[in-house]
Amino acid sequence: MPPCAPLPAAIALSKSDELALSGAWTAYCLGDVERLAASLPAPGQAGGSVTAAGIEQLDSVGAWVLAGLLARRQAAGAGGEIDGLRPEFGKVLDRARQRLALLAGQPPVPAVVRPTMLAEVGGRTLAALAQATALLAFVGQTASILAGSLRQPARFRGRAILFNIRRAGFDALPIVGLLSFLLGVVVAYQGADQLRQYGANIFVADLVGLSMLREFAPLITAIIVAGRSGSAYAAQIGTMAVTEEIDAMRTLGIIPEELLVLPKLLALLLVLPLLTVFADLLGVLGGMLMAHARLDVGFAEFAERFVKAVSVTAYLVGIGKAPVFAAIIVIIGCFQGFRTAGGADSVGRQTTRSVVQSIFLVIVADALFSVAFSALDL
Amino acid sequence: MSEPAAITIRQLATRFGDHVVHAELDLEVRRAEIFALVGGSGSGKSTLLREMILLQQPNAGTIRVLGVDLENITAAAALALRRRWGVMFQHGGLFGALTVSENIGLPLREHSGLDDALIDQIAAWKLAMTGLAPEVGAQYPAELSGGMLKRAALARALALDPELLFLDEPTAGLDPESADQVDRLVREVRDLFGLTVVIITHDLDLLWQLADRVAVLGDGKVQAVGSMAQLAQQDNPALRPFFAGPRARAAQAQEGWRTANPQEVG
Repeated sequence: MPPCAPLPAAIALSKSDELALSGAWTAYCLGDVERLAASLPAPGQAGGSVTAAGIEQLDSVGAWVLAGLLARRQAAGAGGEIDGLRPEFGKVLDRARQRLALLAGQPPVPAVVRPTMLAEVGGRTLAALAQATALLAFVGQTASILAGSLRQPARFRGRAILFNIRRAGFDALPIVGLLSFLLGVVVAYQGADQLRQYGANIFVADLVGLSMLREFAPLITAIIVAGRSGSAYAAQIGTMAVTEEIDAMRTLGIIPEELLVLPKLLALLLVLPLLTVFADLLGVLGGMLMAHARLDVGFAEFAERFVKAVSVTAYLVGIGKAPVFAAIIVIIGCFQGFRTAGGADSVGRQTTRSVVQSIFLVIVADALFSVAFSALDL
Repeated sequence: MSEPAAITIRQLATRFGDHVVHAELDLEVRRAEIFALVGGSGSGKSTLLREMILLQQPNAGTIRVLGVDLENITAAAALALRRRWGVMFQHGGLFGALTVSENIGLPLREHSGLDDALIDQIAAWKLAMTGLAPEVGAQYPAELSGGMLKRAALARALALDPELLFLDEPTAGLDPESADQVDRLVREVRDLFGLTVVIITHDLDLLWQLADRVAVLGDGKVQAVGSMAQLAQQDNPALRPFFAGPRARAAQAQEGWRTANPQEVG
């Protein structure tokens, strides 16, 4: 059956004020007829008739438009009769006219009122505050569960912790290694020109060593892990919340936070410092290769200078930040996962939110560390 | 319109690896009838439905829907065919990012050049047809209860006035009142537009009260086809669960005093 058989819908207005309707009055074939029907001149007092013998197809959209046309004519005093409509279309037209009559008798559904800007700002502020409070509560809850299970080490879920160590730690080695190697290359490359101008080639070891160990390695590792594992935490817990698995755990007397958050937290607290050490190594290696290639600083020279320039403190300062970053990533990822409600859409939204917030907080924490360390002369 | 049957399936075979789902399955759905597909879990009902609505390809055999052969169908023909049927999925399949009324209007908005205002009116009408309150239109699917979700999904399936309506478990998870309403609605749209309805269901009440004909699937084949009253006469082990259990007897007894009169196919 061709879609608009035999012809699309049409309205013809004759001189004697008579309307002739024809064609296929269906959703696809109405075209401009609806606008045309709305713009017809009001019928004269004599009230020309409406002939619908030419209507070959009529679906509910067509019936709706037709009923609207007839209702307008009726309101203008021309009578709402229609001639020649095929009997099989009568029912659907009747339904449309009933619906129109029903609507006419009812007050229109109030449109959704858009909040004013002030209300919007207020609403969002309240939501942000509520979220901050909930986050604080979640941190407290996690801490108390952690403290509780420290008293009963038998309750630690060894397998889950090992699984998370592998997922968040071991599996992340290639990407963390590659990116920190490239970062080392970039730092050395960027410094090379400046250093060469002053003939201070050897200081590339200071530059690469301090910047990688203190700042870049912990930061890049935390950002990669937030993107890789933080998002996975939020998505996993979010999906479980949507499929009522979290509720099922609660009813079975299992504390979901203990089962889902603690293993991740313990695993990442252990793994992120180790990943940072790995990133330190690869980053310095990248800087070394670049120093050799662009500044003619040999590997032995570099290593010799590196030992003098970089103190153990610098190394520990970098690694010391990693557990804090780990806690941020796990807490935010799991928190956003638990806040998932509704459908699949919500899982995606919470996952995005977890990544954005954990990277944001990692960088904020890093800035605070810088301020604190400079105050402490470290 | 020349073809008498809405759906014709011949010698259909479907396999997942070694697992045979359908073997030499034949089935015919007439126009303007309410046709129910039943069978135990894993009997291939849902697979058959997916094959009929072009979501899956059978391994062998032919399926003709509304006179169109689904094998090697061109993209344009598939699109034209898809506009002629409506599908209501078991879990609604409503888009979570859109409100209910946007969900219902979506097929019209995508496929017709109608004004937004007109589409909104039609969506509100379809919503009212399914017995939902007008306020529901502005809500998102996640805010609805299971029964409301099903009815909203039905409204979307009806948006394009389909010639053929597929319903996957339309009453599963519904309270009795909502289930009755779905019953009534399906019968009403069939009478109003003369459309063909294919239902997958386990709901015995629905089978007795709504279905003109029922096909029982089992062992990859159609075990029996006929009205419930006819099937009740047969002594086929595959049919026993639908007539022998206590629930089946209750549904049958209820049908006994009901003066439901199966509509003649017209």
